Amino acid sequence: MIVMINGAAHEVTDGTTVAQAVSTLTASTTGVAVAVNDEVVTRSAWETTALSDSDRVEVLTAVQGG
Amino acid sequence: MDDLIIAGEKFSSRLIMGTGGAPSLEVLDQALAASGTELTTVAMRRLDPEARGSVLDVLRRRDIRVLPNTAGCFTAGDAVLTARLAREALGTPWVKLEVIADERTLLPDPIETFDAAERLVADGFVVLPYIGDDPALARRLEQAGCAAVMPLGAPIGSGLGIRNPHNIELIVEAASVPVILDAGIGTASDAALAMELGCDAVLLATAVTRAQRPDLMAAAMRDAVAAGRLARQAGRIPRRRYAEASSPMTP
Repeated sequence: MIVMINGAAHEVTDGTTVAQAVSTLTASTTGVAVAVNDEVVTRSAWETTALSDSDRVEVLTAVQGG
Repeated sequence: MDDLIIAGEKFSSRLIMGTGGAPSLEVLDQALAASGTELTTVAMRRLDPEARGSVLDVLRRRDIRVLPNTAGCFTAGDAVLTARLAREALGTPWVKLEVIADERTLLPDPIETFDAAERLVADGFVVLPYIGDDPALARRLEQAGCAAVMPLGAPIGSGLGIRNPHNIELIVEAASVPVILDAGIGTASDAALAMELGCDAVLLATAVTRAQRPDLMAAAMRDAVAAGRLARQAGRIPRRRYAEASSPMTP
């Protein structure tokens, strides 16, 4: 299936979790937050939340600004 | 001591810094140290795997509290989601709510801002909304449960100073939450004026981070905010049309 991770299409296997999606970008889990289809997925649920085809995963962190 | 208190939290510095515009994390680090700030804003963006170093590391080393903002949001829905992501990433319910109307002026959208503020307060956030210099909107946001109001002096990054000091005074007079002058500060005298008008704190970034010597300007802002606060508390003399001798005119 195809999922969007930070706007880029990724081919992933069925059952891929949020935690696995995050690990394509960073090994760090602190200072990072995830939304799937505009809903926050709390860190404690990353391992148990499986993605579906066409899901939009946004992985955000704090940067300089404001 | 003359502490700034926002939502029950005490700060001895009344200068809140932003982190946007610094040429490097090293320059930012020096400027933050020189400013004496205890609360500093960050933005939330897509994680860049190539990025080196993090603004969060700088803040942690300096023991500065982080205030996430919703910069870049144009709708209440975007801002609420960004605030929730910031709470998750940074472990703080505090948010500088910023909902922009358009990219040319970067002026805050009052309708979207108010909508987002109500939703975030209901969701348990400590909301500090960035707004125009509008006393009526400031009052409505306070009534809606915001922990502070942050009226602009002038558009973001413009360095035009405080374009409508009268409105800032009206906001200060009516507010029972802290008033934080946000945006438009160009140099130290602007920051001092904000405090003389009765603001409780000043938030600025560009004036420092894009100054030729950010660390020097940060120190200037620190002193200006402190001086303006003292002058406000001291109570300035009334303005007079003509001279008034300070010593007897006759021997």
